[in-house]
Amino acid sequence: MSDSGMSKIVKTMTGVCFPFMLIFGLYVIVHGHLTPGGGFQGGAIVASACAMILVAYGSVWTMKKVKEKHLSIFESLGALMFISLAFFGLILADNVFFDNFIFGANGIGGLFANPALGIADINTAGVIPLMNIAVGLKVIAGLFAIVLVMAYATHKIKGGNKQ
Amino acid sequence: MFEQILAHSPALAVAIPLLGAFFTPLVGKINDKLRNIFVILILALDSFVVLLLANDVLSTGSIRTYIFGAKEIGSPVVRIIFEIDGLNAFMIILAAILPLAAVIYSWAFMKDETGQDKYYTLMLLLTAGMLGMMMTGDLFNFFVFLEITSISSAALIAYRTNNKFSVQAAFKYIVISTIGALFVLFAIAILYGQYDALNMAVLANSIQYGLLDKIALVLLVIALAMKAGIAPMHMWLPEAYGRAPSSVTVVIIGTTLGSFYGILRVGFTIFGEQIISASNLGVGIALGWMLVGLAILTIFIGVLMALKQNDFKKMIGFAAVAEIGYMLLAFGAALATIYQNSITGAVDISPAGLTALKGGMFHILNDALDISLLFLVAGAIYYVTKEASLNKLGGLARNMKYTTVFFIIGMIAVSGLPPLNGFASKLMIYQSTYEINPILAIVAILCSILLLATFVKVFYAVFLGPKLPKFDKVKEVPKSMLIGMLIIACIIIFIGLFPNLVVENIVNPAVTALQNATAYMGGI
Amino acid sequence: MITFQIPYLAVVGLIIIGLYAVIFKRNLIKMIIGITLIESGVNLFLITLSFRENSTAPIYTASPGGIMSLPVPQALTLTSIVIGVAVLALMLSLVIHIYRHYGTLDVRKIKEDDN
Repeated sequence: MSDSGMSKIVKTMTGVCFPFMLIFGLYVIVHGHLTPGGGFQGGAIVASACAMILVAYGSVWTMKKVKEKHLSIFESLGALMFISLAFFGLILADNVFFDNFIFGANGIGGLFANPALGIADINTAGVIPLMNIAVGLKVIAGLFAIVLVMAYATHKIKGGNKQ
Repeated sequence: MFEQILAHSPALAVAIPLLGAFFTPLVGKINDKLRNIFVILILALDSFVVLLLANDVLSTGSIRTYIFGAKEIGSPVVRIIFEIDGLNAFMIILAAILPLAAVIYSWAFMKDETGQDKYYTLMLLLTAGMLGMMMTGDLFNFFVFLEITSISSAALIAYRTNNKFSVQAAFKYIVISTIGALFVLFAIAILYGQYDALNMAVLANSIQYGLLDKIALVLLVIALAMKAGIAPMHMWLPEAYGRAPSSVTVVIIGTTLGSFYGILRVGFTIFGEQIISASNLGVGIALGWMLVGLAILTIFIGVLMALKQNDFKKMIGFAAVAEIGYMLLAFGAALATIYQNSITGAVDISPAGLTALKGGMFHILNDALDISLLFLVAGAIYYVTKEASLNKLGGLARNMKYTTVFFIIGMIAVSGLPPLNGFASKLMIYQSTYEINPILAIVAILCSILLLATFVKVFYAVFLGPKLPKFDKVKEVPKSMLIGMLIIACIIIFIGLFPNLVVENIVNPAVTALQNATAYMGGI
Repeated sequence: MITFQIPYLAVVGLIIIGLYAVIFKRNLIKMIIGITLIESGVNLFLITLSFRENSTAPIYTASPGGIMSLPVPQALTLTSIVIGVAVLALMLSLVIHIYRHYGTLDVRKIKEDDN
């Protein structure tokens, strides 16, 4: 493990900083309808944290731990959740496509029904936080997969030329 | 049941390919044949919805709007709407047929390639983007769908990554495409800053002709012409069409015509009341003649470069550039004939110009089908012989009878010979431009003859002639490729035999909608 | 009032430098950086359109009152940034493939054609 990646000091500090970046990114995703932020912004923060791990530990080690197939499944799940929420507005509530059908009197057992009144009420404003979570999942998986594959490809080119 | 589908059909036409695109990687992990059947089913369902919608809009002549997220639109228009009139209905028919033929064709064409999951996902995304681009009534939404199609098509052009020319062509395509799209966004930002509206109908209502609006109009037309392959910005088109897999080229033709539709929508509807008006009569005529000049340059460059090509698909790409020049010639000539009716004081297009509009509109449909058929034939030859250069092919007519017949149909249709569909639209263009200025008609007929000469040379080189020994064992292409080519050939022959039906029912409402900017504004 | 015109001058400057880099530079990576500059310029233009003097952020809950700046261009700019990221990722992947085939990033050496 010591020949791929950077020195021991960098690896230790990355391990310490990673949970904080993760929590901050998830906070930005989930509070997208109250404070500035949302799906893409929070997803980019979490993807930057994962890219930091990639840079510190080297691409070979990271490719062993994270397979690209699992990232692809995550991405598809996020996309499917988003477009099913859009279709439910059409089918369940018999309204229009992309309708905010949870916002109103009943909701899903009164869970996401009311408009936002305070700065920390997460379960408000209907279908918006759910779509934020779906988009955030897709952005994390997508951006991390791009950076991972690019690092592995350049490693292959450099390795091939050396041999 | 049909009423329900019809009421929601604008959203369904874009949502069904999107849903299919997100499901395809999961289905592909189960089985390969299941994924192919799933994609073809999704595209067939989507074509059904689109044809239902187009039938309704074209036969009743009413404008259908669909508002995302609410049931009715409030007083300041803040929601994204899809607004479909005759011109949109005409373009989405085209955008629904081409991907269906391309996907049926690529069942056998792509059988030996790796990573087919991503290919089908990208094809479905490209279809969704193309349909959204042609249906939307909101300028920023148009930009978003434009970028979706350009990213998907760049990834599809570079699909064969072990071929260095494909990757290079895709890079050129995406650089030029992105710069064009960024200038479109700049123009949209200028218009938003002036009028605080992004909706096309609201903009058409409140636009004036100041200095900033002139800058926005010029930027929009030039950037969209860059994406439509009009000279002198055409350099990416033959390379991108020629180096992509053939089924991909068929769908990219649809997106190029989508950018052309963008020029029409901006020029005739949003700025329509300002250009075709009594106070700016000189401006409209000058704009028309400038478009005619660009069109003649495009036709000349396309035909002359096609004559000296040795690569089969690049030659057809240059012919496609020339055909886009024909379309722009028709529209520019129509714009150059506006006059002021001395009795009523209203400004109108002369009858010759009206025929030119109809010819140009009809030619969009015909040209897309003809060039697609030729590219599918070129792909079939590449699939069988793995050769792309004309010097190394020869004598294939004995082994590949059906492909030869399809090539003859495509060749006659592109050059404008009777009885196929190219003759009907080109005759309207020749007639109308002859009345406007005889030199234009002479140039157009001359270049058609040169195109015919080029294709006869290709026909002789590839299909006739003595049989080469290395092609002894080639057989006919697999059935799915034949079915794909057969769909397009049947539509070509049908339009060729009954052009009056097509012109009355499909082209005339589109032209009426193009001239009638006030009806578009009343749609919200 | 020149202080209110500085963002617009910056937009024009960024776009001109970006166009210069795309047209006149020979390295592929420099062309990509030029496209990123043009895109940054257009995003800055979109954001500058939403500014009002003495305005607060357009957040509805627990707002301190007074006029707010426009929220629509902020959504437009966000969409444009997302599209820019996707295009940049695609262009860089294509450059990796070109480098694998040709071994060089010079545009003049990649222009060859097979006929």
